Amino acid sequence: MSSLLNTSRPPVFCPGCSHDRITHALDKAFLNLGFQGEDVVIVTDIGCSGLFDTFFNTHAFHGLHGRALTYATGLKMAHPELNVIVTMGDGGLGIGGAHILSACRRNLDLTLLVLNNFNFGMTGGQFSATTPLNALVGSGFLNRMERPIDVCQVASSAGAPYAKRFSSYAKNLVEEMENAIRFEGFSILDIWGICPGRYTKRNRLTPKTIEDTLAKMPSMKNPVPENLRKEYGRHYRELAAHQKPVQRPTTIERQFTPPEAGRKEVIILGSAGQRIITAGEILCLAGLAAGLQTTQKNEYNITVLRGHSITEVILSPEEIGYTGIERPDVVLALSQDGVERRRHIFENLDDQSLIILGKEIDLPPCNAEVHPIDFKALKIKPHDRALASLGILAKLSRIIHPDMLESAIKYRFRSAVLASAQDMVERAKIG
Amino acid sequence: MGFCLMEGNEAMAWGAVDSGCRFFAGYPITPATTIFNALLKLLPPLGGICLQGEDEIASIGYCLGASMGGLKVMTATSGPGISLYSEHISFAIGSEIPIVIVDVQRLGPSTGSATRGADGDIQFLRWGNSGGLPVIVLAPVDVKDCYSLTVEAFNLAEEFRCPVFIASNKEIAMTRENIDMDAFGIPRIIDRSSPPPGRPFIPFEVPSDSRTPYFLPIGGRTIVRQTSSTHGPDGYITTDSDEIAGIQDRLNTKLLSAVAEFSFHESFPEEDADTLLLAYGITGRAGRDAYNALKKSGKPVSLLILKTLWPVPEELIREKAGPVKRVVVVEMNLGQYVREIERILPDKKIDFLGRMDGKLITPRQIEEVVFDV
Repeated sequence: MSSLLNTSRPPVFCPGCSHDRITHALDKAFLNLGFQGEDVVIVTDIGCSGLFDTFFNTHAFHGLHGRALTYATGLKMAHPELNVIVTMGDGGLGIGGAHILSACRRNLDLTLLVLNNFNFGMTGGQFSATTPLNALVGSGFLNRMERPIDVCQVASSAGAPYAKRFSSYAKNLVEEMENAIRFEGFSILDIWGICPGRYTKRNRLTPKTIEDTLAKMPSMKNPVPENLRKEYGRHYRELAAHQKPVQRPTTIERQFTPPEAGRKEVIILGSAGQRIITAGEILCLAGLAAGLQTTQKNEYNITVLRGHSITEVILSPEEIGYTGIERPDVVLALSQDGVERRRHIFENLDDQSLIILGKEIDLPPCNAEVHPIDFKALKIKPHDRALASLGILAKLSRIIHPDMLESAIKYRFRSAVLASAQDMVERAKIG
Repeated sequence: MGFCLMEGNEAMAWGAVDSGCRFFAGYPITPATTIFNALLKLLPPLGGICLQGEDEIASIGYCLGASMGGLKVMTATSGPGISLYSEHISFAIGSEIPIVIVDVQRLGPSTGSATRGADGDIQFLRWGNSGGLPVIVLAPVDVKDCYSLTVEAFNLAEEFRCPVFIASNKEIAMTRENIDMDAFGIPRIIDRSSPPPGRPFIPFEVPSDSRTPYFLPIGGRTIVRQTSSTHGPDGYITTDSDEIAGIQDRLNTKLLSAVAEFSFHESFPEEDADTLLLAYGITGRAGRDAYNALKKSGKPVSLLILKTLWPVPEELIREKAGPVKRVVVVEMNLGQYVREIERILPDKKIDFLGRMDGKLITPRQIEEVVFDV
């Protein structure tokens, strides 16, 4: 076994930078674990920690600031056997905060080394998420108001099963890295170090003061007992193995002749929660059963059980281009919300157009043939009215007939829902 | 022959699976969410992976990692999400990572209107990356295109090692339509090409007969380097300006020089027409209706529906516009692609019809613009 260090690209850190120690310790850890270059990918962030991938003869992936964990996640899911090591500074930790929390919650088997030197070294020593309040940094007075975070406490409260802080000067640095890499699950190491190029020019920080500060911090058990659980990738594959394969969509063959020839347009005007879109789908399926082409264009707001819900269905023996409807053959007017939203269409209607109207709804003046239905008297609830109206349409032999509708309902629904849908269509009567 | 009933988003999910896509990551956003819903059902039973990212940046980041791991990957979003994708789009362009990115456009700007359609991202898709290098953007017209252009998108992403966008629209994505799935047959599938054996692998070295580097996955038995930094063929940072210029030129040319091979379109030329109607996406359908109506009324126009928007299929557009004096560009925004048409057809009269209020442009509106000379 030999070192995985890339001899043609030696580390280029400032003299005295603790990243240099971490580079060599990581190499020793790889050696002790028996890794070959192809067993490992080093995924690096931005800044000085972002140079790590170039120092090793391993797979390497260097990307954008704060996003290293996202690439690492994709790589590990694609190659569960690969050892994925992520290096990131305290800068990447801050900008990639959402990814840190998510990695802790997810527990995918990645090893994250946070090379924590309390400032942005490469860009001029600005303050990061871990800079002490009283440090002198490149961001003027701004750090004095922003409290530094304790990486391990944040990580463990987000669910990281392995979160450990120690000094770059720790005697057992190699062993700490080996343990973290060996751990099956997400491990995050908060490794404190010295940035001689920037931070220690104006702030006193030595291996001794790091050791003293670390000693005063709350101790943590590792692995974190309450966060121990199944590794994400293993768990994912277990659950995925139980997912049922999806059948390819089945084709509806032409079985019927539609009651009316030519292109027909239907608008259903209702409210969210009235199963307007489902009724539109049934109408499309009924059309397919008669060999017609069809489109269903929907309009609703982002609210789920409030506001209008409108569906526009075209059935045609020809290919359908424009999917909107200006002058419908049939309007199912099932809520006031829906009618108000399309008030302008009513003036386009002539006596060839048919409106099936919920009895309580006010309609703008128009020349269409109107069939008012007392849904309440028929004991048809609002969410069944769209489907019931299709029953009425079929009984009137307008656009669809009962056989087309029955076949669509049988295609769309199963068991109890099917029986209730059939009952609803049956119950609908012309008022 | 029979039909299935399917919305555009679902057809895209099937197109992805049939193309060999085995990794999808996305963040919920209307009107793209149903692609995620469909792939969450389709991929895991096939041994594929479908993830919900903590945000859009993560979702596309997962995809870039998985793609470099050797999987065919896709993500899908809408305006606010495509904005967040930007840094990773640039990465995929510059570092040649194959990925299919679906933008189901909704009315902007910003969060805009989640449930209203638009084609407002057409220039953003082209230019929403740092560095300004070209990308491929395909635009479906209907549910059939949602399937077949997804297959094309995967093939192009693999062949050219680049991001390929599908510029969909709420009005295609969430509109259900009849589709004959059997008519597609088994799609032709292109995979990224591996280097010939027996030589050391250099991650960005280009074969003599191509502008696209060979691919080996991170995680295989050969060590592979990937980096978002300006890099030489060896995948290490380079500061050599000649080397940099060569790479930029290659990234630029590899797509621009090849667009004639993938200039997807529908063309309806009319011999006596002096006007060419040019549209794309959902508006292509109103264009088709207007074309038919005008032909019926004895005032024919030619029609060109573009399905490859970027790189601009200039050769195709010049050829189709050759016989006419005037081009009417119709698009569901306030004038984006029309700029390209003005640029490449300086000798033609260019008229524009646009709309950005969440409503479709109607065939009648198009007819009125054509006649109101």
